[in-house]
Amino acid sequence: MTAVKKIPKDDVVIEGLTGDAAIAHALKQCDVDVLAAYPITPQTIIVEDFQKFAADGEVKTKVIPVESEHSAMSACVGASAAGARVATATASAGLALMWEILYCAASMRMPIVLTIANRALSAPINIHNDHSDSYGARDSGFIQIYTQSCQEAYDTTIMAFKIAEDHDVLLPIMVCIDGFILSHNVERVEMLPDDAVADFLGIREPVQPLDPNNPITMGPLALTDYYFEFKEQQDRAIKNVPDIFKRVEAEFEKMTGRSYGMFETHKTEDADIIILTHSTAGGTAKVVADTLREQGEKVGVVRLRMFRPFPSEEIAEVVKNAKAVAVFEKCLSFGGAGNPLAMELRTALYHLAERPMVTDFVIGLGGRDVPPTTFVEGYEKTKEYLKKGEAPSYETLGVRK
Amino acid sequence: MSEKFDEIPMAGNIIEPGNAIEYKTGGWRAERPIHIAEKCLWVKNGTCGLCWIYCPDNAIRLIEKDGKYIHEFDYDYCKGCKICYTECPTDAIVMESE
Ligand code: SF4
Ligand code: SF4
Repeated sequence: MTAVKKIPKDDVVIEGLTGDAAIAHALKQCDVDVLAAYPITPQTIIVEDFQKFAADGEVKTKVIPVESEHSAMSACVGASAAGARVATATASAGLALMWEILYCAASMRMPIVLTIANRALSAPINIHNDHSDSYGARDSGFIQIYTQSCQEAYDTTIMAFKIAEDHDVLLPIMVCIDGFILSHNVERVEMLPDDAVADFLGIREPVQPLDPNNPITMGPLALTDYYFEFKEQQDRAIKNVPDIFKRVEAEFEKMTGRSYGMFETHKTEDADIIILTHSTAGGTAKVVADTLREQGEKVGVVRLRMFRPFPSEEIAEVVKNAKAVAVFEKCLSFGGAGNPLAMELRTALYHLAERPMVTDFVIGLGGRDVPPTTFVEGYEKTKEYLKKGEAPSYETLGVRK
Repeated sequence: MSEKFDEIPMAGNIIEPGNAIEYKTGGWRAERPIHIAEKCLWVKNGTCGLCWIYCPDNAIRLIEKDGKYIHEFDYDYCKGCKICYTECPTDAIVMESE
């Protein structure tokens, strides 16, 4: 691999791309060997665009149009086992149908890149955005990164291969964009030259590939005697992710000037109330924070990117001096002690002697619009709860009740 | 079985082929097939061999040595499935509780 250097401005191609198209272009430049996928809204354009690249001879990728998402992930596992660089894409019910094989991909240590256009789960059928699909897969062993813009989706897709394929990691990774809000929204995207991406990623070096000359067995049986040890290996691998992630981002930054972190902080230093959210809602939250700041409110935003592994210590460090953290999340954990994002945060803060209050607002289910006023409402409620000294464990905002 | 997590191959991969032979599955057996040479067609004239064909565990050896036909069970791998006992046309195999 050649040393990474700054890409001259003139070599950067600027285009207006949807989130899906931005990911498709990134995949094209990542020299993916195998892409097996089944179409599902709002991810469809990723694979549609990629198929076009394949049909036009712009990529050498073997594209496998399988008959279901279960097969898509199975084919990806097989190809990855043979040492290929592999990607797929899905959403909602498609991810749900992949479920069994998600766990296989992670525990067999296959560095597959799975791009997701987050969409609500049935029933009733709904094609719009929330995070119930990938939150549900949070314990599958996949790394999960949520992105806010088309540029970030493009950049993260490229970096995803380098993180996943690192020998200290060897885990599959989800790169998530919000269905329709980002997947179908055209934004300005700066694209790197092909050879810069090729140099940055290099060729995948598989550790233990399938090879007829050195036959091995993958994914066999392990019962009470060994299974637990393999889970220990997997647990340690995902703990290596933050270090590798930082190294990959630092290299990417040298090349592009862009990096994002495991989460983004916005005006958090002196904030009394910090909003925690992610994906496109993060953009809205920052605008709301800016406006409230103008009115003298001490408010900041943490926009999470990496949900798995969850950067507990780092987030605790950033929010520990605030009076409250207001979580805004697009998922309900029915009957749970909390909803997924707030539950992570509360656990991350539990060890602190003095903890900020955590309020939890479930928003935007099934693509329900999340206007700035929703954030303001949650913010005002949080102020009230601070005054009272107690808050409900969670509440829904933006629903007729 | 005392290896720690970092002393075993990644993800449970079996990195040396053909090592199933190290796994002696005979311990699974609840009943043991016993061969009665006087009734056996292989021993008599080197024919039949149905038990050898059907045994799913390769646990039967039909040996030809110095013009003699010998029948042997490999109890390291015989799981006691009774297939040989069922298939034998001359009742030359009986099952005994372990
Ligand atoms: S009992 Fe089953 S395993 Fe044992 S020798 Fe007979 S056929 Fe083979
Ligand atoms: S099936 Fe019975 S008769 Fe035939 S070889 Fe086996 S033991 Fe002998």
